[in-house]
Amino acid sequence: MATSGKPIEGGDHFINRVGLTVVYVGELLRHRAYTRFLHWAYGIFFFLALVSGFAIYLPWIFRWFSPLFGGGAMTRLLHPWFGIGFVVFFALQAVNWATQMRWSEADTRWMKRIKDYVTHRDTIEPPDTGFFNAGQKMQFWEIVGGSVAFVITGVIMWFPEVFGRGLVPVSYVIHDISALIMLAGIFVHIYLSTIGEPGTIQSMTRGTVREDWAWTHHPAWYKEVTGRDPQEALEEARARQTGNPSS
Amino acid sequence: MSDRKALQTQKISGHPGTVAGAGTQRQEVVCKLIDTTTCIGCKACEVACVEWNDMPFQPTMFDNTYQTMPDTHWNFWNLIKFNEVTNDDGSFQWLMRKHQCMHCADPGCLAACPSDGAIVQYQNGIVDFQQENCIGCQFCVSGCPFNVPKFNPNTKKVYKCTLCSDRVSEGLEPACIKACPTGCLHFGTKDDMLALANKRAVQLQEHGGFKDAGVYDPQTIGGTSVVYVLHDAKQPEKYGGLPSNPRIPASFKLWKDWFKPLGLLGSMSVLAGVILHYVTEGPRRTQPQPPVKEVDGGEARKEN
Repeated sequence: MATSGKPIEGGDHFINRVGLTVVYVGELLRHRAYTRFLHWAYGIFFFLALVSGFAIYLPWIFRWFSPLFGGGAMTRLLHPWFGIGFVVFFALQAVNWATQMRWSEADTRWMKRIKDYVTHRDTIEPPDTGFFNAGQKMQFWEIVGGSVAFVITGVIMWFPEVFGRGLVPVSYVIHDISALIMLAGIFVHIYLSTIGEPGTIQSMTRGTVREDWAWTHHPAWYKEVTGRDPQEALEEARARQTGNPSS
Repeated sequence: MSDRKALQTQKISGHPGTVAGAGTQRQEVVCKLIDTTTCIGCKACEVACVEWNDMPFQPTMFDNTYQTMPDTHWNFWNLIKFNEVTNDDGSFQWLMRKHQCMHCADPGCLAACPSDGAIVQYQNGIVDFQQENCIGCQFCVSGCPFNVPKFNPNTKKVYKCTLCSDRVSEGLEPACIKACPTGCLHFGTKDDMLALANKRAVQLQEHGGFKDAGVYDPQTIGGTSVVYVLHDAKQPEKYGGLPSNPRIPASFKLWKDWFKPLGLLGSMSVLAGVILHYVTEGPRRTQPQPPVKEVDGGEARKEN
């Protein structure tokens, strides 16, 4: 229970002390500087690993990716290091988010209502939706599992003479499947954080969200940090809107 | 040289479908025949290989056998494997087998290779590595049932026997063939070599006392452009790592040819899905959203 209203993310990490997050009136602090730093760090490594990986995955479609990294041999040389960059920064984020990402009863209920979420039948999320909803947690834990698979199979392919060449034909299939799942996931992630749910991206850029965003998408978190009932706040805002429609 | 056209390409690694121009010329599949029964283990072929390909000699050590070194190396492509075998009847044999790339009709290295053009198969059956396109991933090493491709950690490239493609394209026989003093090595078309090999096998069965003598041309990989005459074709493993039924790992064929493009299609369909979602459902707005003036469509919804 973060009663102070300040997310626990990163704690007293120096990036949180040096990094600035300005919360304007009508906004809430969502992600502190340390969290944002990690997100973009592994985000960059993710795309470097993805693009260099797909140059090797299907060269007859993606051979034009190789020159970006200095040719096929250089692509092959750099890809494992991009992967390590991704995994290391993501591991720090996983530690950072370990408590927020814990699965709860509310998440199981959320998953059962996923159809209503996708079709927008419920205009605000269920009142017990906390800091992260079940969909976000699913993606998070998929990346945790996928990263473990990446590391194990990646190291086998990196040093086949140590871990046995017989494992390589199996490893690269698992490596590929993990990459395909994450590729599918990144489309959903980018969509929902930008045009799919307007007002979301600023949580990872400036670190704040608008209050109406909070009570719409994460009502339980809104209640936790403001102490106000999200439904009440919504009705109030609605009354303001009808009372003064020009604003 | 006009004979250069002898290296018409048939298959290219990391390349979809057929190769443009493949089949414009009818070409004989070439083949090296190794008669293990007449090999005396003199290593002339090893020296000829190192000399023709201008490779620094690989330092080695004496390990109490008649084998030059334990295994082939990135700069040592041709090795006479020495095996001392005790037979069931108590007799024993020294088996000498010239080990090098088998130039498979269905090459596992080529199937495994993810780099466009790093491994090619010519119409004449020769499988050749193009080091300038090699990315050093070593998947070919895992794909080869004969443990042939060898990695050079300094250049980060993989090397192996070329069946002297540079000589063959000029109408010459491979260097090892030229050096063999006993005539146990032959080079010619696949048909001619198989006929010669079968004739020799029959001779060994009928007059040599080797009732299991036969020809090694494994059909599990479509045959090879290097065939052996063995005293005992029923147990090729006796000859030091010659598998009875060499196979390419299934994932290098099935996964690469079918599931990779289909898997990519699957992932890309999610991109299509989110675009379709935006177009048909629109964004999930924060509440309160602007007052609704009119709603069009949405028949899938039960209420509203």
